[in-house]
Amino acid sequence: MKLLVCVSKTPDTTSRIAFSSDGAQFDANGVQYIMNPYDEWYALVRALELKEAHGGTVTLINVGTESNDQVIRKGLAIGADNAVRVNCDPQSSLFVAKQIAEYARKENFDIVFCGKETIDYNSSEVGAMVAEFLDLPYVSFASKLDVSGQTATAARDIEGGTEMVEVELPLVVSAAKGMAEQRIPNMQGIMMAKRKPLDVIDPVPFDELSTPVQYTLPPAKKTVQLFNADQMDELVRLLHEEAKVI
Amino acid sequence: MVLIIAESQKGQFKKSAFEAVTYGYKTAQAMGSTCAALVLGEAANAGDLGKYGAGAVYQITDAALQQFDSQVYTAAIAEAVKQLGADVVVLNHSSTGKSLLGRLAARLHAGSVAGVNTVPTVSGGFRVKKSVFSGKAIAEYEVNSPVKVLSLTGNAIQPEVVGAAVSVSALQVSLPAPKVKVKEVIREEGHVPLPEAELVVSAGRGMKGPENWGIVEELAGVLGATTACSRPVADVGWRPHHEHVGQTGIAIRPNLYIAIGISGAIQHLAGVNNSKTIVVINKDPEAPFFKAADYGVQGDLFEVVPKLTAAFRRFKEQQ
Ligand SMILES: Cc1cc2nc3c(=O)[nH]c(=O)nc-3n(C[C@H](O)[C@H](O)[C@H](O)COP(=O)(O)OP(=O)(O)OC[C@H]3O[C@@H](n4cnc5c(N)ncnc54)[C@H](O)[C@@H]3O)c2cc1C
Ligand SMILES: Nc1ncnc2c1ncn2[C@@H]1O[C@H](COP(=O)(O)O)[C@@H](O)[C@H]1O
Repeated sequence: MKLLVCVSKTPDTTSRIAFSSDGAQFDANGVQYIMNPYDEWYALVRALELKEAHGGTVTLINVGTESNDQVIRKGLAIGADNAVRVNCDPQSSLFVAKQIAEYARKENFDIVFCGKETIDYNSSEVGAMVAEFLDLPYVSFASKLDVSGQTATAARDIEGGTEMVEVELPLVVSAAKGMAEQRIPNMQGIMMAKRKPLDVIDPVPFDELSTPVQYTLPPAKKTVQLFNADQMDELVRLLHEEAKVI
Repeated sequence: MVLIIAESQKGQFKKSAFEAVTYGYKTAQAMGSTCAALVLGEAANAGDLGKYGAGAVYQITDAALQQFDSQVYTAAIAEAVKQLGADVVVLNHSSTGKSLLGRLAARLHAGSVAGVNTVPTVSGGFRVKKSVFSGKAIAEYEVNSPVKVLSLTGNAIQPEVVGAAVSVSALQVSLPAPKVKVKEVIREEGHVPLPEAELVVSAGRGMKGPENWGIVEELAGVLGATTACSRPVADVGWRPHHEHVGQTGIAIRPNLYIAIGISGAIQHLAGVNNSKTIVVINKDPEAPFFKAADYGVQGDLFEVVPKLTAAFRRFKEQQ
């Protein structure tokens, strides 16, 4: 099976978020970057498990600048066979998806994996876009994925429940919690990752149709009003009259 | 024209459908345009969408839409966009909407913004905002393509009645056969799913064990709230995984979030700090959650929660 895993880089949730003084740019100074957890913990690990069960290869793709290589190498250390980086600084999901689709089209992958969403912008768009560019079925938010012969079965997370679906390969899938268990790279993996191929390719031209132009910080929360256990009627009154939520 | 896609489940509109129409109506006003709604599949009282500001309601009832396949739904919406000449498409930021937004953007060569929470401004370019970095910032996007697609965050705008029901027109489109076969849909019946809940009661490791959850369920029961939990509690199996909220669980934005025995780690806050009002119950005055709270109760949850439940009960009886 030929498997492609799309990996992205995001600031760790604990990072302090700041912007340039005019608010036009994200300030990356001192930000700790990680591989997006949905890509690392679920998509990549499930791809590796399928390869282990059925044979084949696992390729990583990232659309981004050289500073992403560290995150890509981590994916190789966890077990991917090779990686491709499309060298550019993308502004929109559509641009990213176009680049991934152009590469994937030539390679005929059986499954293209994405994460459910990135934890910084929570867009959840790239998988659907790649599927549309490739004219493939898309199974979003899969918390389980199995393959037997040419048929994939998956459980999809939907509001308040689960949908069980069946679809023929090839397809695009987005990985949610439950699809696999996180793997920690070991020393041997880290050593081997250094010698695995990481190809850098040029992007195809494509317009940016939607770009973030201004960042602001949310209004500061006013300080908490404190109560003790015997003031619950007062709290309920405020929830009704002041907060107006009940 | 602003075209909103009205989501229904088992033939009934969800509240999010009315939120989307209100949003579409306000967007159309800002643009000096009109708002129409598109209903995919069967839905009762589709004309009622007119009350929230849809000047026209269109419906496509093709057998291929009975089950969800993003390819088929995308084909249906894209065809409607062409026939009607729509230039802004509004979906909900739900499992369905998220599965379609990206496909539509690619199909229509449209700039997209996922999870918007404000009505766009149009003087000096089409601009719209969303929450980013786990609620730590707000990003404003500019979209510069002729057709634009947006998904609207749940509970970001309240439905408003502005008009009367309208008649429903059928649209004829030809659709591809579904490739994704839905074998089974398993739903927890009887309570509002977390992503759609307006009131949420959530508990964490401070509960000590699963056997103590009775007081949490009782509080939720009196309020008509949905229950949630922190990640460690779901990981050790005290509570089901679908209750887990936070960075790696479900992100929610209810009107009221009551956090019981949860410390308020940044990864937990990432999924809940867009809630309108947060009440924190914790015995540790240094718990980080108090900094993100509107109301805090410092005390032992085993004493506080039953007292709070009793107070809500008294409040309900007086209503
Ligand atoms: C990459 C990553 C992703 C993560 N994702 C998530 C996520 O999505 N969601 C999430 O929730 N966590 C997530 N976490 C874990 C998170 O960092 C915290 O560990 C977790 O939220 C703590 O859960 P808790 O508040 O229930 O438990 P604790 O931190 O143990 O807090 C228990 C609280 O209960 C209080 N308490 C105890 N007894 C009582 C009592 N009798 N009365 C009143 N109060 C009492 C204590 O004072 C304490 O504040 C993630 C962590 C990482 C590293
Ligand atoms: N720059 C990128 N390069 C490669 N894959 C990406 C990139 N951005 C997003 N993805 C993939 O798309 C998924 C969803 O991202 P998003 O649509 O941005 O929320 C991520 O979990 C990744 O799998």
